[in-house]
Amino acid sequence: MGSDVSHDEVARRLRRRTIDMLWRAQAGHPGGSLSAAEILTVLYFGAMRIDPTRPDWADRDRFVLSKGHAAPIYYATLAERGYFSPELLTTYDELDSMLQAHPFVGLPGIDTCSGSLGQGLSVGIGMALGARLKGSEARVFVLLGDGELQEGQVWEAAMAASSFGLDSLTAIVDANRLQLYGTVESIVSLEPLPDKWRAFGWNVLEVDGHDCAALAAALCAAAAPEITGRPTVIIAHTTKGKGVSFMENSVEWHSAAVTDELRERALAELVSGAAS
Amino acid sequence: MSAERTGEAAASGPALPRPMVAARDAFGQALVDLGAADPRVVVLDADLATSTKVSMFAAAYPDRFFEVGIAEQNMTSIAAGLATMGFVPFTSTFACFASKRATDQIRIGIAQPRLGVVITGAYSGLLAGKTGKTHQSVQDIAILRSMPEMTVIVPGDAVEVRAAVFAAAEYGAPIYLRLTRDPSPVVFGDDYDFRIGVAVTVREGADVTVMTTGLMLPRALEAADTLAAEGIQAHVLHVPTVKPLDVKAVVEAAERTGLVVTAEEHNVLGGLGGAVAEVLGEHRPTLMRRVGIRDTFGESAPNDQLLQKYGLTAHDVAQACRELTATRR
Repeated sequence: MGSDVSHDEVARRLRRRTIDMLWRAQAGHPGGSLSAAEILTVLYFGAMRIDPTRPDWADRDRFVLSKGHAAPIYYATLAERGYFSPELLTTYDELDSMLQAHPFVGLPGIDTCSGSLGQGLSVGIGMALGARLKGSEARVFVLLGDGELQEGQVWEAAMAASSFGLDSLTAIVDANRLQLYGTVESIVSLEPLPDKWRAFGWNVLEVDGHDCAALAAALCAAAAPEITGRPTVIIAHTTKGKGVSFMENSVEWHSAAVTDELRERALAELVSGAAS
Repeated sequence: MSAERTGEAAASGPALPRPMVAARDAFGQALVDLGAADPRVVVLDADLATSTKVSMFAAAYPDRFFEVGIAEQNMTSIAAGLATMGFVPFTSTFACFASKRATDQIRIGIAQPRLGVVITGAYSGLLAGKTGKTHQSVQDIAILRSMPEMTVIVPGDAVEVRAAVFAAAEYGAPIYLRLTRDPSPVVFGDDYDFRIGVAVTVREGADVTVMTTGLMLPRALEAADTLAAEGIQAHVLHVPTVKPLDVKAVVEAAERTGLVVTAEEHNVLGGLGGAVAEVLGEHRPTLMRRVGIRDTFGESAPNDQLLQKYGLTAHDVAQACRELTATRR
């Protein structure tokens, strides 16, 4: 599809903006931001029913960044989509900035605080219950990290969401296989992950999390009539640090400052798309 | 914002038998009535509905009642999500669980975005139905008072519980509402004008000031009667909102007698006694005694025995007043 070409280009732009923000702040989380570029692109430039000129529109779809440390690319996405000026991105992590290290309400397009892991899926349940109570068609999307699934509250929420029959709720797991101190598999394994979600009553889809067309199809399938009454989880298999060769699959780039030289290298790769 | 309003009729009269009403019953009925008046109100429960009496709301408005099971963290974050959708959620569980199992969910999901969620903590203090130290809550005021953006309300009787429920729904910011289990004396009349953040003088006196929160109010009034017979006139300032503290009323009530006893069914660390000491230390240093639980956990036992052992009776309040007034002689 032609639109996928432009999705890929949007994702590259989000990555460039993210690298610039992290370089400027000399802080932040590159790896888990870069792995989510296509997921955020497909949500904000396709799947979600939103209007950046009306961020408070009652029937808008909701998004919760449960993996709050991916805030840089989330801010880049909101700016790229027109919620606020991209110039604001230069204030990321600065005193008095609305662009805090982790998402904070008040910035147009952001509905909830996050950053302490494991809580976003529950917040999404509240949103979905609220939408149902109001008779709103709004869908709710929650982006989680795979390491984040080690938090017990995620599974409290997983039980509740299927118990409440929340088919308007879609969880997306950015399964980049790394967490701060090593691989998820070596720290506390989640496998068999699809079976776990199925056992909790969810409709489970697995996709390549860097394939925009596959992501778009999965997000569409999550709303299919035949899964009425069940929430959907999309396990998006991703590469941590995706798009910047020296950051890919690197535990060191979970959280690290980008030097001047590495910024130049990263941006050069993201112009050509060399690593993708 | 005045300490001059007197909530109780016949403030200095002789002891009258007061009707007994359980705060939880008043709470359950208030939620039902509030639910009829305000369609934004939703209630979330973590499998304690028949104990906390939110079962009454569940029966009246099943579509606005969410039973999440034994999962306080999930409940608290779900309430945050509902608040972002324009609802006014009341979460319901025991005070010990609300204030500790879900502290981080309150911090991130409710306090930081300053959402209008009412976190109710049932069975607070020591009188938790003979369940012992696991279910008693002696820290909840301190924990939630130290939470930025949080307002902490500790009603002293059933009338105040009802008024606080209605006021909380209109408040539009995070509230911790501390509730109790068993019948306690009704102190206030139906015309009582409760306002969040306002302390009320319930008895005038010149010799020693007793500042109460929660169910220590009727116990302090009983103590004041006893003291009056001994020639000690106690001034009683009731402080239902522990945070934000009514600083003006607290300072004025302290100046009035120069001696202050605080009384709360909570640890003496970090609760009303701590809050009052902080304010008086900065504004009007005053000799104080703190009646409360002496930095210990409780145990399971009958109510009257618990109150006696942990120093929470009218006698304990009176004794603290006597100790203070004796320093003048």
